[in-house]
Amino acid sequence: MTLSDASAVVDADVALEPALLTHEDRARLLTYMATMRSAEERALSLYKQGKVPGSFYDGRGEEAISVGAAFALAPRDRLCILHRDLGAHFVRGVTVERYLANYMGRADGVTGGKDGNMHFGDRGLGCVGMVSMLPDMALVAGGIALAMKMRGEDRVAMTFFGEGSTANGQWHEAMNLAGVQRLPVVFVLENNRFAYSTPNELEFAVEPVRRAAGYGFPGVEVDGNDVEAVFVAAHAAAERARAGGGPTLIECQTMRMHGHGAHDDMGYVPPELLAEWEARDPVERYAARLVADFGFAAAAVEAIREEARALVAAAAERALASPLPDPALAREGVFAERWEPLGDGAAPWSGWAEGRAAR
Amino acid sequence: MTEMTYLEAISDGLRTEMRRDESVFCLGEDIGAFGGAFKVTAGFAEEFGLERVLDMPLAENAIIGAATGAAIEGMRPVCEMQFADFIACGFDQLVNVAAKLHYRQGVAVPMVVRLPSGGGFSGGPFHSQNPEAWFLQVPGLKVVAPATAADAKGLLASAIRDPNPVCFLEHKGLYRHLRGEVPEGEYTVPLGAARVAREGAELTVIAYGSAVPLALAAAEQLGEDIEVLDLRSLCPLDREAILASARKTGKVLIAHEATRSCGVGAEVAALIGAEAFEDLDGPIRRLTAPDLPIPFSPPLEGAVLPQLDQMKEACRELLAY
Repeated sequence: MTLSDASAVVDADVALEPALLTHEDRARLLTYMATMRSAEERALSLYKQGKVPGSFYDGRGEEAISVGAAFALAPRDRLCILHRDLGAHFVRGVTVERYLANYMGRADGVTGGKDGNMHFGDRGLGCVGMVSMLPDMALVAGGIALAMKMRGEDRVAMTFFGEGSTANGQWHEAMNLAGVQRLPVVFVLENNRFAYSTPNELEFAVEPVRRAAGYGFPGVEVDGNDVEAVFVAAHAAAERARAGGGPTLIECQTMRMHGHGAHDDMGYVPPELLAEWEARDPVERYAARLVADFGFAAAAVEAIREEARALVAAAAERALASPLPDPALAREGVFAERWEPLGDGAAPWSGWAEGRAAR
Repeated sequence: MTEMTYLEAISDGLRTEMRRDESVFCLGEDIGAFGGAFKVTAGFAEEFGLERVLDMPLAENAIIGAATGAAIEGMRPVCEMQFADFIACGFDQLVNVAAKLHYRQGVAVPMVVRLPSGGGFSGGPFHSQNPEAWFLQVPGLKVVAPATAADAKGLLASAIRDPNPVCFLEHKGLYRHLRGEVPEGEYTVPLGAARVAREGAELTVIAYGSAVPLALAAAEQLGEDIEVLDLRSLCPLDREAILASARKTGKVLIAHEATRSCGVGAEVAALIGAEAFEDLDGPIRRLTAPDLPIPFSPPLEGAVLPQLDQMKEACRELLAY
């Protein structure tokens, strides 16, 4: 017997379009997930060593969502990334060093010390960093998509939010606007079972994915611990948006395997629930699947994971060597002198290299 | 030059900028086919198409949030709040997202939020407020409040061209009651530059928005040597112009329709007290609305909003000090 009402989704087999992912793509997907896992483990240890001011948040157990979803994006697409979604930053080109330096408030962090923890987005890589109020960025992503639509571009905006965000009125405003204007936006909802400590049954009476129909666009439910399932859903949603088909809500069923933040001992989570989801660990699961289903040698998979650990270790050394910011920086940048376009993000999926509509 | 109302000048400024730059577009409630609650965008849908005069669902955070995203992507959105009061429903997107993006991430947000503000027509507590001080506590927002038709056009054009979020307070009481000569075609007035609306040597009235015509009327009726300084921008604040006028006359009355505590008047008074203390010949005084909601019934509203007689009396008292 399973304790999670998500089991029907997360344990179902997903039929994949075999041509979408190459051997190299699959290696990359594991690389990004393993890098996120290692980087967050390292960041947590830095936090425990007192090297991270403020608080610490990670996305342990949710690696497949941000990696799989961001992997579907083209360079000129735009992203608003949430605090559980470090993998999406890595997919788009943020380095581990800049992530760790940001957590430590160092000059080489993505924000240079202006904002902490996961409140960053690299403007040079097409990302607008999140704010603490959720899901504010859903509306901002909608506005980005509105600009794309007004200019007749075949680009998409993607944003992430948790199921907790669906309780806020701005979620409704974002969904409604996207539906009314058929905006080219992909909403990735991570249902990780808890809004801080509040469980699903106290968050909503109707599953968020079912609400999409009320806004006039598809809601798709996927196994959030299956990176390929997330990729396939995000790819389909993005392609539909590019073709003028409007938004999609993708509800990814998953489990937050750590507390809301490092200060949260998760005493409110039944141990059986954690055990159930531990068996679905997205990194372990994909590593095993690469060997069992996709012809990877076990040694090759282990090498990918080891490379990720080594990359993180080296990045941590550089991040620790990064200086603290000059206090004078605190007075800079309140107002902009000029508007400049965001840069484009990395788009490692082989489909773009193959010229599957070069964007 | 063409004579037009303050309202027509806003329309003219907006239309001129939309013709000049196709990335400029309007979004708000009932602004398309209907032309807006006050008809600022009347005729715009015919000229620019409904896509650039975008009727939005009735959700202010959606208006501000969508404008923020569009601005990041290179559009120049001009949001219309149907009434300035409704910005309370879009405040989160404005103060937490738009205002801080450049400081936090280096992401510029070139957008304008038009705010029909002010009372005097029995709008009651939710259609009469003067919310400028709300924004002045939020670093990253610019705030302007024109008092003439020409400034309404020129400041709006500058706000649209500015790479930051700008709150544009347009006083509803001036919409159709204030007329003036307005330059034709493209016209800008720089943000952050106050204007001496009337030269004088004995007393300075520092005002903005609806308090400017009130101060000018008081000065004329009193026939005294009163200077009226129109701030035009509240952020950035023209500190040099404020201090220069205060030093010149030695007596200062600060007037605004917004409530008193922690308002623009308090900030300007503190500035003068700190920087021009030795040039003062009297106390810095304020004429403002008291710290009250704006009530509905005419005698009650009249008891709250600053009146011409009060302006004259405040001037007389300071002149006699």
